[in-house]
Amino acid sequence: MGEKIMVKGTEAIGEAAIRAGCRVYFGYPITPQSELTEYMSRRMEEVGGVFLQAESEVATVNMMYGASSVGARVMTSTSSPGFSLMQEGISYMANAQLPGVFVDVVRGGPGLGDIQPSQGDYFQIVKGGGHGDYRLPVYSPSSLQEAVELTIHAFDVADKYRTPVVIFADGMMGQMMEPVEFPDPIDPGSLPEKDWALTGAKGRNARYVTSFDIDPYKLEKMNKNLQEKYKKITEEEQKWEEFMTDDMEVLFVAHGTVGRIVKSTVKMARDKGIKAGLFRPISLFPFPYQRLSELADKVDIVMTVEMSAGQMLEDVKLAVLGKARTPFYGRLAGVIPTPGEILEALMKELGR
Amino acid sequence: MEKVSQEAMVIAKMPESLSKKEFTYCPGCHHGIVHRLIAELIDEFSLREKTVLVAPVGCSVFAYEFFNVDGTVAPHGRALAVATGMKRSRPDLFIMTYQGDGDLAAIGTAETIHAANRGERVTTVFINNAVYGMTGGQMAPTTLLGMKTTTSPYGRRPEKEGYPIHVMEIMKELPGVAYAERVKVSRPQDVPKAKMAIKKAFYAQLLDIGFGIVEVLSTCPTNWGMDPVEAGRWLEENMVKEFPLGVYVDKVTEVMKEKGVK
Repeated sequence: MGEKIMVKGTEAIGEAAIRAGCRVYFGYPITPQSELTEYMSRRMEEVGGVFLQAESEVATVNMMYGASSVGARVMTSTSSPGFSLMQEGISYMANAQLPGVFVDVVRGGPGLGDIQPSQGDYFQIVKGGGHGDYRLPVYSPSSLQEAVELTIHAFDVADKYRTPVVIFADGMMGQMMEPVEFPDPIDPGSLPEKDWALTGAKGRNARYVTSFDIDPYKLEKMNKNLQEKYKKITEEEQKWEEFMTDDMEVLFVAHGTVGRIVKSTVKMARDKGIKAGLFRPISLFPFPYQRLSELADKVDIVMTVEMSAGQMLEDVKLAVLGKARTPFYGRLAGVIPTPGEILEALMKELGR
Repeated sequence: MEKVSQEAMVIAKMPESLSKKEFTYCPGCHHGIVHRLIAELIDEFSLREKTVLVAPVGCSVFAYEFFNVDGTVAPHGRALAVATGMKRSRPDLFIMTYQGDGDLAAIGTAETIHAANRGERVTTVFINNAVYGMTGGQMAPTTLLGMKTTTSPYGRRPEKEGYPIHVMEIMKELPGVAYAERVKVSRPQDVPKAKMAIKKAFYAQLLDIGFGIVEVLSTCPTNWGMDPVEAGRWLEENMVKEFPLGVYVDKVTEVMKEKGVK
């Protein structure tokens, strides 16, 4: 670990990828994440890596497919409309079991929407925007330090389980500046060899990496393998943070930058004598249902706050299973909720 | 009688770069001939242990199984983006795409043009049979005017369905292209010529000159509703007129001469 340096969010994530041994980046400019693409265009050259600006996000994800299939640690970053265009390729990568890290700096939608921070792509990112039975591990950081750690973790999870992984960021995360401490870089040469990669059939039989089998029984077997993998990920890869939940009377659930905002709300509520707590899921898939369910036993209200119309809310309800009331407060279109207005929404729920 | 070693008696054998798997192509289809040419060249260049083949979506979706080299299947139209990702990450590998007309010249037009224009050091064999084969004979971007398909039942009309697209003519305008030639394999004398063209497209990559592409005019007897002989004749009489054969870009021959490569 080195000293703390002041960095912008997009650059923090880019540098974390380099430190994780990522030497291949493809991308296409889109606001509010273009600084990450720009950063990688400079840095990859410095570290002897590959940077290529693709002709579209469709090409980007397929370049990732190619790079990953020959064994490279590969990454892209994009924002909502661009991530929509990548869905086809992500579905292919999921079934071909190709690792890769996607950073989605989510902005207001649908359609062209706007370029302000949003969490309105939760369904797309977490539930899968492409075709077929697949899941993607998804991590939602709420600080730049956490973004750095999760980006590095994302590469390890991607390689360990042979799956695409998503960092769910938003425009606020991308644009903010914070002091960050970077870990020492990993030498890409020290990463374990991928014994499935397409490296030329030298001294072995030819091998294939595909998402395809025309025989339904064989494809079903592939599908079941994927489901086994997702089960394992669900068991082993859940991450969350609990804030002031020990003595709480009401529980907030919020992820990413909203989780950060709600921490202020929790403190404000406590100043007013309301013992609030926060549950912040960090892995959105796998969603920490079990732990949230346990916490829901202690309260009457589990209030979800999102920069969306209520998408993670569905997972919260699945965890709470009617054991507590599950009100929702959300802002849309890139409007960032303030701690005060969230508190006001809670007070209304409490009838105060 | 003179003793001849067994090896010396072999006058034709299966290329090592083809797998033992039986082709699934229809009688009279040209995929098989072109597969063999590619496999022979991979053998002749001793590239089998360095090759990764990107198969397309279409009848040749199984190509990766027919070749005895590492391989994958790209999403429809994306072969050249996949190949770009491979070659950029592992420049030491020999990367090939094998694509049909719908794949390369309709859904994948952007990927094709930009990979070519960037001069990606990859080699593409482009099968143009003027029709979507796998899906049952629908109109392709290269379907000829007047040609009836299952989605142009009145024949392709320029005012409704537009014109057949000419890929080699487009390649000519892209500075990243090192080799582009249109060939056919419908008559025996065409086959060695086609092989030479693909060889040059291999050299475009191997000598680090640029993008190499060979378009092979091919038959689809099944979807054309013809027998193999008729289909071959139809190709000669109609497709060659619309898609003139020949070398469209050649930056390879000169470099070969400079480097003393034969």
